[in-house]
Amino acid sequence: MPAYYLEALTVTLGIILLMAETFCSCKGKSWVGIAAAVGLVAILGLTFTAIGPEAKPTAAWASWPLWNFYQFDSLARFYKIFALVTTLFVILLAIDFRSILARFTDTPDSEAGTGEFYALPLFACAGMMWLASAKDLAGAFVALELVTVTFYILVAYMRRNVGSLEAGVKYLILGALSTGFLVYGIAWVYGATGTMRLAEIANCLPHLTNTTPLLFGIAFVMIGLCFKIGAVPMQVWIPDVYQGAPTPTTAFLSVGSKAAGFILTIRFLEPFLASEVTRGPILTLLLILACATLLFGNLAAIPQTNFKRLLAYSSIAHAGFLLLALAAWKPETAISEGSIKVVSFYLATYLLMTLGVFFVLAQVRIQRDGETIHDFNGLGKSNPALALALTVLLAALAGVPLTAGFIGKFMVFSLALDAQLWPGIIVAFISAAAGFYYYFNVIRAMWWRDSHNAPSLILPPISKVCIGVLTIAVLVCGIWPQPIWSLLK
Amino acid sequence: MLALLVTLPIAAFIAILFGAPARLTAIAASTINLALGLYAAITWQCGCWTFSLPVLAKPSLHLAFGFADGMSAVMILLSVIVTLAAVLSGKAPEGKEKLYFGSSLLISAGALGAFAATDLFFFFAFHELALIPTFLMIGMLGRGDRREAAWKITIYLGLGSMVLLAGLVWLANLTGTYDMALMVKAAHQVDPASQKGIAALLLVGFGTLVSLFPFHSWAAPAYASAPAPVAMLHAGVLKKFGLYGLLRLAIPLVPEGLQFWLTPLLVLLLGNILWVGWVTISQKRLDSMLGNSSVMHMGYIFLAIAALIAFPANPLAQSAAVVLMFAHGISIALLFGLADRIERSTGTLDLQELGGLAKSAPGLAFLFGIAAMASIGLPGLANFSGEILVFLAAFKSYNGTSGLGPVQITCILSIWGVVISAVYMLRAYRKTFQGPSVAATANADDLTLADRIPATLLIITLFAVGLYPNLLLNLLK
Repeated sequence: MPAYYLEALTVTLGIILLMAETFCSCKGKSWVGIAAAVGLVAILGLTFTAIGPEAKPTAAWASWPLWNFYQFDSLARFYKIFALVTTLFVILLAIDFRSILARFTDTPDSEAGTGEFYALPLFACAGMMWLASAKDLAGAFVALELVTVTFYILVAYMRRNVGSLEAGVKYLILGALSTGFLVYGIAWVYGATGTMRLAEIANCLPHLTNTTPLLFGIAFVMIGLCFKIGAVPMQVWIPDVYQGAPTPTTAFLSVGSKAAGFILTIRFLEPFLASEVTRGPILTLLLILACATLLFGNLAAIPQTNFKRLLAYSSIAHAGFLLLALAAWKPETAISEGSIKVVSFYLATYLLMTLGVFFVLAQVRIQRDGETIHDFNGLGKSNPALALALTVLLAALAGVPLTAGFIGKFMVFSLALDAQLWPGIIVAFISAAAGFYYYFNVIRAMWWRDSHNAPSLILPPISKVCIGVLTIAVLVCGIWPQPIWSLLK
Repeated sequence: MLALLVTLPIAAFIAILFGAPARLTAIAASTINLALGLYAAITWQCGCWTFSLPVLAKPSLHLAFGFADGMSAVMILLSVIVTLAAVLSGKAPEGKEKLYFGSSLLISAGALGAFAATDLFFFFAFHELALIPTFLMIGMLGRGDRREAAWKITIYLGLGSMVLLAGLVWLANLTGTYDMALMVKAAHQVDPASQKGIAALLLVGFGTLVSLFPFHSWAAPAYASAPAPVAMLHAGVLKKFGLYGLLRLAIPLVPEGLQFWLTPLLVLLLGNILWVGWVTISQKRLDSMLGNSSVMHMGYIFLAIAALIAFPANPLAQSAAVVLMFAHGISIALLFGLADRIERSTGTLDLQELGGLAKSAPGLAFLFGIAAMASIGLPGLANFSGEILVFLAAFKSYNGTSGLGPVQITCILSIWGVVISAVYMLRAYRKTFQGPSVAATANADDLTLADRIPATLLIITLFAVGLYPNLLLNLLK
């Protein structure tokens, strides 16, 4: 099956569900979510049969001009799977979150206005999948906008909630600004090299007489990409938008959108990093961005009292680690993994940990009506199993060994040491230590503080299964990470 | 096959989570582990205990266990003995049995995993695995200022582990492998400039975990508030991970780097012995006195390590360090276990409120007396074998013509520590057990048979090693 069928199927599924939702008069809307989830699982299965034109050069579709904009390699497959899995979990989370969604739509306390919330993520998912195959800057830009525009709606979905609206406006304004930077940067890159195709850019780099316009363009593109991955200098929106947006959207932003940003960054920077001409300045830029992001994310996370905001800063902090892996650029060798795979692996572990935490957060939000760290007080007494799972997930985010998070950080540190990025290593260690502090702050609240008789949480079956699966995956990948690496092969 | 030793407590932990009777499962698992551990330690040279499971292709990582040398065998022996004693002597608060015994097993599994691991990655990882339940248990089931103490140990050991990790990753990058045996073979690849940096990171990292002065202030409050099995397991076993790591990795891999830091290390270990010893004398509670004393005794083991750094061809120093680690582990576990028993029967550990306990609880007084004597270093008990070996090792390379070297001077000063520990131990013993009975102790009940079993197990070990230290020294050959 040609690989682009995957995107086509995802978009089709989204359109069908939107139509069905509109013309169906049923009261409950969670069936839309269940249908979307089932569809996503089916598409997920199909990713393993997808092939590119190289695998079947005789087929009619293999010669289509589409392949000028679209490539399919192991990395593309990995990020397509990543987008599908993220979207699947986000939709499952949205199903359990519908009571809060229903409270803030046009007709409060009925599910009438919540149906689109399950269908829209599919469009963002298609955009992310397309980004994974980006080969041409114009095509990549369109895909990126598909993701961003969908998020404009998803962030502001709870129309009657001031926080959600405020988040929507902030995301819209800063998103538009970053798009401007991105397009402007792409224009400069095009002007300097005369092509939009990334592979051709690599060919014309050795013939450049003056790299300044090109570097100028790359810097602007990086600013636009920093918005997506949540890195300094475009990180300002993250805490407010994460806090205000509906929790499933926040989870989607923090995992899906970030991963999409990183695959595009990798695809965009790969030709420039492969060439001697541009590698030096880009690595310096990446190192500065990484250090600034690490310091900002981790130090600002320390005083947070709102858990969702804490996760926002934590997502900035993880972007810093990922950027550090890129700044320590290393192609793959026979005995060690290169930067691209380490970033991809780190993102996969980040998916497991972060989504798990968001599932727990959503339940606390629904049943204890709050998102501060205090609302987790005494969880160890009232729900020991849930608290144990959240402890594992947070420990993984902090990078405690025998969890998946540790292996990711370990690889990043190894890369940075190989590249001898001493300032980056020192900053990363300070950050990791700070991370230890603020994640354990939540663990401390759960186990050591009294809840003053807050009711124990009753987990709906979907959340229960998802939290269980994600926690076990975090533990298994902490001891046996090979499955994720095999997906990358 | 060593994997069995590590997975058994984890399996028991999972069983407890799913509703198996907590205390019984814990005791059964630790008894089997004691038998297994004894058998493994005796036959460690046969090579039949190695276990290796590849978990990652690039870089090559293995979940591997095995005996690198006799030191691992001794540490595993220490772990299984103390685990059984800890599980037997602990008494869980009502309704918390699962948490109490489950966490104890997890700590034990972490310690065993760390001592048995032959892969750097899991060596570090298993130690961290043991730390998390330690933190949680102190915070949840501790006494006194448990939250402050638990937060302090979390932060200190968390930071210490980070520093340590930096050193270990640096080391692995220079040697190009995570297999600890191969790392030692590639020791020549560690250039002198990196040696200094790595040695500093390892000394601070491992040092924090072992409460090296001045990174020791987490230890006494944490042990004072920890529930008995946690104090026994951490002070007795887990803390030795730092010393074990220094002996296993730092000494063979960065000898020149350590040489560079020898003088600061000597000053710091004197801080442990003399300064912390002084602090210990002024303690007003039995539990914080024991906590401080355990910090102080680490100084002697550091002295053995310093002797090994100063004169690398000094096999006595390594044996001395290992024997003292073992002896201290057993004796401090015994002391914490009995202190917990005192608190259960009198309701207090404040030395001002105790007195005359020997009248109502003679058995307790007798056993505590032996433990106190062991801790002071009375001949015939294990600690004496260890300490005398340390002092001998420090003088091993004494050279009559050039006079006393820094290590010998430190040794002479640190022998005063024996006097200090006699002062605080005997003082605490007098205040607790002798003199007229007071309200708290008048009706205290004595040890039951169930209490005597773990104490006897530990005391037999102390005497065995004290009277015949070759039991351990033969393992180390």
